[in-house]
Amino acid sequence: MRLTAKQNNTLRAMLSWLAGIIMFFPIFWLVLTSFKTELQAISVPPLLFFEPTLENFILVQERSDYFTYAINSVATSFGATLLALLVGIPASYAMAFWPSRFTKDILLWMLSTKMLPAVGVLMPIYLLVQKAGLLDTRTALIIIFAMINLPIIIWMLFSYFKEVPREILESARMDGASTLDIITLLLIPLTRGGILSTALLSIVLCWNEAFWSINLTASDAGTLTALVASYSSPEGLFWAKLSAVSTLACAPIVVFGWFCQKQLVQGLTFGAVK
Amino acid sequence: MKLFRIFSLLLITLTAGSLSAGELTIATVNNGHMIEMQKLTGKFEETHPGITVNWVTLEEGVLRQRVTTDITTKGGQFDVMTIGMYEAPIWGSRGWLEELTFDDSYDVDDILPAMRGGLSHDGKLYAAPFYGESSMIMYRKDLVDAAGMTIPDNPTWGHIQDVAAAITNKDEGIYGICLRGKPGWGDNAAFITTMANSFGARWFDENWMPQLDSAAWRHAIDFYLTLMNNYGPPGSSANSFNEILALFNEGKCGMWIDATIAASFISDPRQSKVADHVAFAQAPVAVTHRGANWLWAWALAVPAGTKQAEDAKKFIQWATSKEYIELVAQTNGWASVPTGTRQSTYDNPNFQSAAIFAEAELTAILSANPSNSTQDPTPYTGVQFAAIPEFQAIGIAVGQQFSAALAGDITAEEALANSQEAADREMSKAGYY
Amino acid sequence: MNRRTIAFLQAPSIVLLLLWMIVPLSMTIYFSTIRFNLLYPERTGFIGLSNYEFFITDPGFISAVINTLVLVLSILVITVVVGLALAVLVNFQFHGRGIVRVLLISPFFIMPTVNALLWKNMFMNPVYGLFSVVSTFLGLEPIDWLANFPLGSIVIMLSWQWIPFAFLIFMTSLQSQDPEPLEAAALDGANAWQKFRYMTVPHLGRAIAVVIMIQTIFHLSIFAEIFVTTGGGPGFNSTNMAFLIFSQALLQFDAGVASAGGVFAIILANIVAIFLIRVVGKTLVV
Repeated sequence: MRLTAKQNNTLRAMLSWLAGIIMFFPIFWLVLTSFKTELQAISVPPLLFFEPTLENFILVQERSDYFTYAINSVATSFGATLLALLVGIPASYAMAFWPSRFTKDILLWMLSTKMLPAVGVLMPIYLLVQKAGLLDTRTALIIIFAMINLPIIIWMLFSYFKEVPREILESARMDGASTLDIITLLLIPLTRGGILSTALLSIVLCWNEAFWSINLTASDAGTLTALVASYSSPEGLFWAKLSAVSTLACAPIVVFGWFCQKQLVQGLTFGAVK
Repeated sequence: MKLFRIFSLLLITLTAGSLSAGELTIATVNNGHMIEMQKLTGKFEETHPGITVNWVTLEEGVLRQRVTTDITTKGGQFDVMTIGMYEAPIWGSRGWLEELTFDDSYDVDDILPAMRGGLSHDGKLYAAPFYGESSMIMYRKDLVDAAGMTIPDNPTWGHIQDVAAAITNKDEGIYGICLRGKPGWGDNAAFITTMANSFGARWFDENWMPQLDSAAWRHAIDFYLTLMNNYGPPGSSANSFNEILALFNEGKCGMWIDATIAASFISDPRQSKVADHVAFAQAPVAVTHRGANWLWAWALAVPAGTKQAEDAKKFIQWATSKEYIELVAQTNGWASVPTGTRQSTYDNPNFQSAAIFAEAELTAILSANPSNSTQDPTPYTGVQFAAIPEFQAIGIAVGQQFSAALAGDITAEEALANSQEAADREMSKAGYY
Repeated sequence: MNRRTIAFLQAPSIVLLLLWMIVPLSMTIYFSTIRFNLLYPERTGFIGLSNYEFFITDPGFISAVINTLVLVLSILVITVVVGLALAVLVNFQFHGRGIVRVLLISPFFIMPTVNALLWKNMFMNPVYGLFSVVSTFLGLEPIDWLANFPLGSIVIMLSWQWIPFAFLIFMTSLQSQDPEPLEAAALDGANAWQKFRYMTVPHLGRAIAVVIMIQTIFHLSIFAEIFVTTGGGPGFNSTNMAFLIFSQALLQFDAGVASAGGVFAIILANIVAIFLIRVVGKTLVV
């Protein structure tokens, strides 16, 4: 049996929806659990229909000031991403359009700075941050997050910049545009989708970073991962409360991602330009 | 360079943190009693004007890593630390903690001797117990009765095995006994150590030689494996306190030997389906009662070198006092007070009637003695651990072997041989022999 | 553009990363050769390669190396294949496309510890997990995931988290594929597979290389998921390099052995990187 194009597309749309639902299901389950009582959360068989309760969310807000942590998370992940983009965009631009014979090695070396596992360098970094008087500050987290993500940002930007036809930039240069103009007025708008998805990934990685944000903070600069850590695995049942706090911790970034997703895929349409 | 200026401005605004002095920063575990303490902070601040309290609450493993890093590097981020019975004597002997002295109103002699001893080094108290626990057996009386069996107050392991056999009903999803199996020195290794103690085993001999290849350990592990393979729930090699609590509260476990604190969870109808059917007895014994049940306390300590030592001690005095226990009782009822620290709590008739587990818990705590917890003499203190810095690494290595044996990957013999080797490596590296 | 400008544009990144690498790395190498246990501050001094010897003779060392490689490779294969399939699948106009994209990306937003606790307790627990309930309902014996397939379970958790990453990058990259040659190829009688294999995959070459390299770096040091779920067990079945460093060194606060472990991790990572560059290096045309 041969499918018509229309049938084919319907089937494909259904498959896409199915894939989306399967991937999202664990998150749905997490959110669902956050409206259960602790006893309902461990019930066998698991409950799909129940009387929802807001008890967990009320408890979380009563116990800890969600917004302090949320603000720290926003400040550190956006701050670090901005910082990394600021130094990363010019570097990727130069490497993508004016590569030298070292460029490939530099790129690989940059990625290799991430090879030291965090647990192995806890002591050196902790001592450095302590000596600099930056324990429990957002500054320390911003710098570290920026350094952790810089190689990834450069790699991704590099690959997106590579897709921009060189002629466009060349002709702008012929018209006398400065390097800064080319980057800000031409390259960034042209690769908006790529830069945004790079930024989004970097923000998400910072947002979810748990090792440094827990080990280097105390009461002032704690991020949402520290908040989640204060709800995970206590003595006693905790799945409903943990689900509630995780829902709260992930919600801003999911909403932000939702907000961005249209932008992500726009602006990368050089096919038409060529 | 307008763009650059905007970026830098943004960065500066984002990084501007708050710095304030004259505050207490307290690191604590996210267990229920500590959360309650956090909620009652306002009461402390009312009676102690000029002191404000900031909390850092983390799960146990993360907190331990966090405070150890801080104290060993003199990070000075915390004024009060919540530490366990494992850390207190080690850190105290290193001079990292301030000695705690209290005025008469605190009644330091009211603190249970086992707790006080476990938190001291050379007779000096370095951490004040906030709540303490031992281990005991918790069981479903309805199931045991239905099988025509009883569990005496001081059961033997042999009897427990018989009961487990009688009440297991896998078709209905009821497993006779649930025990810890997840690797970790505070997880499966803690429980199995108490079992091994009672089978006559010890971690080290008087010369610090590891004893995991002894016959007593072998008996204990064989018994543990037989019990779990026949009557335990599937997935046991990843189960620790919380996983088993969920199973028990869902009615899947007949018996469970674990921290006495569990008693207050399984007897709470808001979170347990079997709250009406639970009963308690002392942890089972094999050849000796010594070390058959563990002893643990979460305690508050002041790191040496904090600038706020005086305020920090005031807080500790408040949080570990009789008055604090009464405050919790007024707020949440006597069933919710932190237990295991003071004789006066157990003497209180209101507590006795509110907490059905009170008597069993006190008996368990009083019978534990960290400095004499094995049949043969040992050079270490601690019941379910040895209070030496090397124990954490040894405990996890050994715990992994036990869980591999439980999962059926290796035999008990292999697990113990590997454990012996792992312990030997650590001990010889640390220069014990 | 003159060479000075080119160098100037790259300088901040290179200098910063150089500092970020050299300072901790040299401290790590220094620590790895001295007696440096935080719990024994009085024991100091140079001890040569003892820390390395101690780390490499750990009974779990070989397992840790193998598990690290197995984890990296299997997660890579799964995420790239599934991510690619999904990106191609949703790369057309249909009702609710935006929502489906968000659904597919969302798992990446979940924190690793939450991810691990979620899978361990809500799905994989053989008594009350959703998988066991479903298999009991279907009349099958529930699988004890974490005991029998500890590594596989961790691969599932990680793949769920990282498929969205691959998907996102492939999806963005697919947007820039010129539709005209594809249509021309279709008119010439090319089927969907041929178009995919000979036009889409080459177009995505660089994106695939980026996904592989970045993910490799992340998966070489998986830690949180193992710590929360299996504790490295049973036995050493799910102990990888990062977990070994943690259990051998950090639990004991022996910064010397931890540093030696860190150096081994770098060596292992470099071997993997060299291997990968051979495989994907061609597509990384500069």
